[in-house]
Amino acid sequence: MREFLDEIIRDRLGQDPASWALTQGVYLVAMMAAGIALTTFGALFAGLTSWWERRIAARMQSRVGPNRVGPQGILQFLADALKLLVKEDLISSASDRWLFRAAPYFVVAGFALTFVVLPFGYHLSATRMNVGLFYVLSVTALVVVGILISGWASNSKWALFGGIRAAAQVVSYEIPAGLVILVPVLMAGSLNLHDIIRAQGGWPWDWYLFQTPMGYAGFFILFVALLAEGNRTPFDLPEAESELVSGYNTEYSGMRFAYFFLTEFGNLWVMSAVMTTCFLGGWQVPGVSAENLARWEALHQVPGWFYLVSAAVFCAKTLLLANVVIWIRWTFPRVRVDQMMSLCWKYLVPAAMALVVLAAVTELMSFELFGEAARVQAPLFSLRGLIHFAFFAAGGLVPAVLFFRKTFRNISFVGDRVRPLSNW
Amino acid sequence: MQFDFAMVLAFAVAAVGFVLANLLLGALVRPKFPDPEKDVIYECGERPIGRAWFNFNPRFYIVALVFVIFEVEVALTIPVALVFREWVFKDMGWVALAEILVFIGILFVGLVWLWVRRDLEWIRRLDLRPGRQAADQSR
Repeated sequence: MREFLDEIIRDRLGQDPASWALTQGVYLVAMMAAGIALTTFGALFAGLTSWWERRIAARMQSRVGPNRVGPQGILQFLADALKLLVKEDLISSASDRWLFRAAPYFVVAGFALTFVVLPFGYHLSATRMNVGLFYVLSVTALVVVGILISGWASNSKWALFGGIRAAAQVVSYEIPAGLVILVPVLMAGSLNLHDIIRAQGGWPWDWYLFQTPMGYAGFFILFVALLAEGNRTPFDLPEAESELVSGYNTEYSGMRFAYFFLTEFGNLWVMSAVMTTCFLGGWQVPGVSAENLARWEALHQVPGWFYLVSAAVFCAKTLLLANVVIWIRWTFPRVRVDQMMSLCWKYLVPAAMALVVLAAVTELMSFELFGEAARVQAPLFSLRGLIHFAFFAAGGLVPAVLFFRKTFRNISFVGDRVRPLSNW
Repeated sequence: MQFDFAMVLAFAVAAVGFVLANLLLGALVRPKFPDPEKDVIYECGERPIGRAWFNFNPRFYIVALVFVIFEVEVALTIPVALVFREWVFKDMGWVALAEILVFIGILFVGLVWLWVRRDLEWIRRLDLRPGRQAADQSR
């Protein structure tokens, strides 16, 4: 964003940003504007998702869902927000009042701070921080702090159990997520989200998801880990209504409750955007090659449509993933707490470790075999592309086939007819 | 670089301001009718028995300890992973690979240790220990 501002100051106003006394002030205003705009974006996305999710849930359960406020009920979230705003704010005198009040700040900060680095398109992000992915991992941990505080400060047994369960879950799944994020980092050689995207390509076979079996398996591990970190079904144990009333936010009411709600829905964007960046090629537009882009940049002539198209591509991928998460929520039952722990520590963590080592070995081998040519991604029709494809087919397709075989067996085991297109 | 981290500060201010502004706005419009019944902690409609600040399952402490150790290891691995590609093209890839193997190896040994000690089981069954079974059955 700073580059943008510098460009505007230099080209439109004809001034040198380095020597200009007011530059710092302009930067400050721009920073606050970006902060407010993106926090608002997060809140709006969370609100719209809450409506969209209820509509999808209703559709999947043959109900109607919210459809009265505005066209198709799209303004329902505003009505909800207004209702929560005018609700009485209850803080029990038995609770730890200051910690109770502090918890929503941590939760919202952990959510809003991720937008500092999340990309929205080519050059479209608040900053292009060089420690981007590491930064995302660290600030999302603030949410756990807030959840733990809210659970403890409520002085309610339900809230306490919900809070420590949430902490145990989120904290456990941070290990496989942190390890598996090393796979795209190893392949791209950067933590900067934009660099990771630029190391991939526009077409699906250029994405890290389909490049190597490590990307393929890493995608699923990261997806599961982020589902669990966002407390989404099937990992919504901390707020399992049937066991824990409402979990850590049992004692919260009105606007304070709304912040927990907002963060949970808003995290859908954060997790989908991180997945899109790491494995789905981010904002890369199919047909615009890296050389093309480099040429435009060298001439300072990146066309305006490229910004828009890349943003559209990124948002489309992110929204698609967010919809998959919603789909999962209304399809799967909740896992048990011991299943949740064993899935993390006995399956995902060892698998993530193996993936990191494999990714490192693959990087090294492709250098040993192809030398400097390994610096760029393998062209589709070449010896290297062929090896990549064979490697992928062996390491990635076999588990997929096994998975589908297992699924079909399970379906026929309970006596249903297997119809590959409609059994889902 | 400074710009990037100043941006983090700006976002933190925006996030805190967002929460605070809405709560202040709400304070102007929302009702306030204190009532001893509303002040009670929710416990399924009953009067709460005691406080909720009591000892809880020690498994959570073990999870927290394991997390701290693993997370520190992961945080230390990230710089190695970051420079790995660069080193590979400088023909020092084997050194970097060895480093990654050492890091992951330490983590893996820790995981195996936890697994063998059955600290990964959520419900740790003491009666599975050799020697305990007979004592349990005679009870």
